Formats: sequence, C-alpha cells, structure tokens
Amino acid sequence: MWRVGTVVALRDETATARSIAFEVEDWPGHLAGQHVDVRLTSADGYSAVRSYSIAATPNSERRVEITVERLPDGEVSPYLTRQVAVGDRLELRGPLGGWFVWRPEQSEPIQLIAGGSGIVPLMAMLRSHRSARSAAAFRLLYSVREPGAVYYRGELDAPVDAVPAAKVTYAFTRAAPKGWPGRIGRIDATLVASTTWPAKLAPTCYVCGPTSFVESAAALLVAAGNSPERIRTERFGPTGERR
Amino acid sequence: MSEDDCLDGNAAAGPLSTVFAVDLTAAECQCAHCGAIDRFARTRLYMTGPGVVARCAICESVLLRLVSAGQRLLLEARGLAYLSLESSQIQESGQ
Repeated sequence: MWRVGTVVALRDETATARSIAFEVEDWPGHLAGQHVDVRLTSADGYSAVRSYSIAATPNSERRVEITVERLPDGEVSPYLTRQVAVGDRLELRGPLGGWFVWRPEQSEPIQLIAGGSGIVPLMAMLRSHRSARSAAAFRLLYSVREPGAVYYRGELDAPVDAVPAAKVTYAFTRAAPKGWPGRIGRIDATLVASTTWPAKLAPTCYVCGPTSFVESAAALLVAAGNSPERIRTERFGPTGERR
Repeated sequence: MSEDDCLDGNAAAGPLSTVFAVDLTAAECQCAHCGAIDRFARTRLYMTGPGVVARCAICESVLLRLVSAGQRLLLEARGLAYLSLESSQIQESGQ
C-alpha cells in the first residue's frame, strides 16, 4: 500500500548524504530498524523503487525520516539528495520488515555493528533506546571510511537529556582524525574482542552494511563465540541503491 | 548471481506486501528441500533479476520467487514447506 509523504525537513549529514523527514498522514507507526520503499515516477510513467531504512525513532507525529547516500551512478539517490525540496510529496510504502527491529521491551545487551551508511537503522535503534529511556546496555562499532563520512556525529558523541549515549567505537578504514590513537583498517578479531560485548553476556547483535561487510562482521561475531541465532543482519549489496 | 548481490530475506518485505497483508519476513519457514527451519528474514535474497528470489541459507534451494511480468504478478513457493507466524505478529502488522 503506497502512502503519500510530504517532505517537512532536509538536513545534510555529510557532503554526500542527506536526511529527509516526511510527514505521512496515515502512518501507522514503526519500529526501530524497519525500512520504507520510496517510489519515484517520471512524467512518462517510468517508475523506480528503492528501499531506505528509517532513521527516526518511533514517534506519534507520523514522522518518517530517512538518510540517503548519493551514489555517483545512482538513478534515485541524486534526485533525493539534490532536488527534493520541503513541501514535495513522494510515495512511500511501509513500515516494512518485522525481524531486523529493536523493541524497547528488550532488556538484554545490544551490540550494533555498522558499515558506512548501514548506520541508519542502527541509529533508529539508538534513538528509540534513548526516547524509551531503556536500561538496556548498547554498544556500537561503526566502520567508516574517514571522519567526514560519519553520519549523526554530534548525536552519537553527545549524551542527550543526561541519558548516557551508547558506547561508540569507530573503525576508520582509510583515514582517521588527527591524533587518532587507534589503528586504521577494517574491523578485525582484535577490535571485536576488545570493543564488543563478550559472548557470555548473550547480546543480541544487529549488523548492517554492504553485503561483504556484513558477511565478515557476522563471521567475526560467531568466531568470538556469539551464537548465529543472536545475530540479525541486513545487507544492502554493493550496487543496490539502499539507505 | 554473485555472492555480492545477496541480500537478506527482510529486503523482500516491500515486494511481499503487494500480495500479503501480514509481514512474512518475521515468519518462521521451512525449506522443503533440506528441512532447515529459520526466519524468512534470514534467507538469502536476490533482487538483481526481473523479480525476487529467496534461497535457503543452508542448502541454497529456491524457496520463493515473486516475478512481475507485464500485467501479471507471479508467486511461486513450492520450495517452502510451511510458513509459521505467531498471532501477535499478525495483529502487529495488520494494516
């Protein structure tokens, strides 16, 4: 079922990523981790559909926010990150997916692992954790190319309303900030062992990113003793214009 | 079909919602070929062809295909032995 969303706010997250907030009149509410499909139709009737994770915390204001990374050869993302203006109306389908979700009733430790724009649904979980004042202990391991590519930086690093932010660890794969004490490189077994929840605490793990990233991060979690049953993944492919 | 094109079953939620009123990605399903039981969201999904193909994460058999051809939508699911949902899942996603 397609619904109409009216663009109510735009915010640049990085040089290539933009958050778009919609108000959707008949929005039934969503859970952190769910996604929406966005459909663009051109004057000649050609339409393109892409999936984007919802970044906004569940709310009663019928507000849906996504963050879109502009892909150079993309069919949809250049339009969404450059042309869309406040007041525009777009077609949305959702909320979608009932598995890659975090609910405030969950009290176990939560391990989030993001690769690049895979941070988006995990951010919704962090925001939901905060707005629900959940006591669940969250950790985030965020692999990102360089400091300028980090989404939601201010929000990730600062506590809000005295609720402690999750413990956030960055893994910079190409360039780190000046004076960065850690090494530069991909997530590996040492980083997983030193910064993620020990497997004996039985955390639920959510991993989101490009397919190859998700495969390797999930394998590292299993090698560290986590049960595959406790690992939920969302891959978005190398070329798929998602998130 | 390359490994890099593989998504998770949860990515099929949108296309499946064109046919089903309830979210099936959180449902438990059994592979008719090898008998593996898991959530549909954990199947291996390929969306690079003309439709959606879900394969068993264990034996790679095709579980479900959803293809749109012309004015027709075709759903084939002979690779699925069953889908099982809790009633709370049905109420939650009822729209």
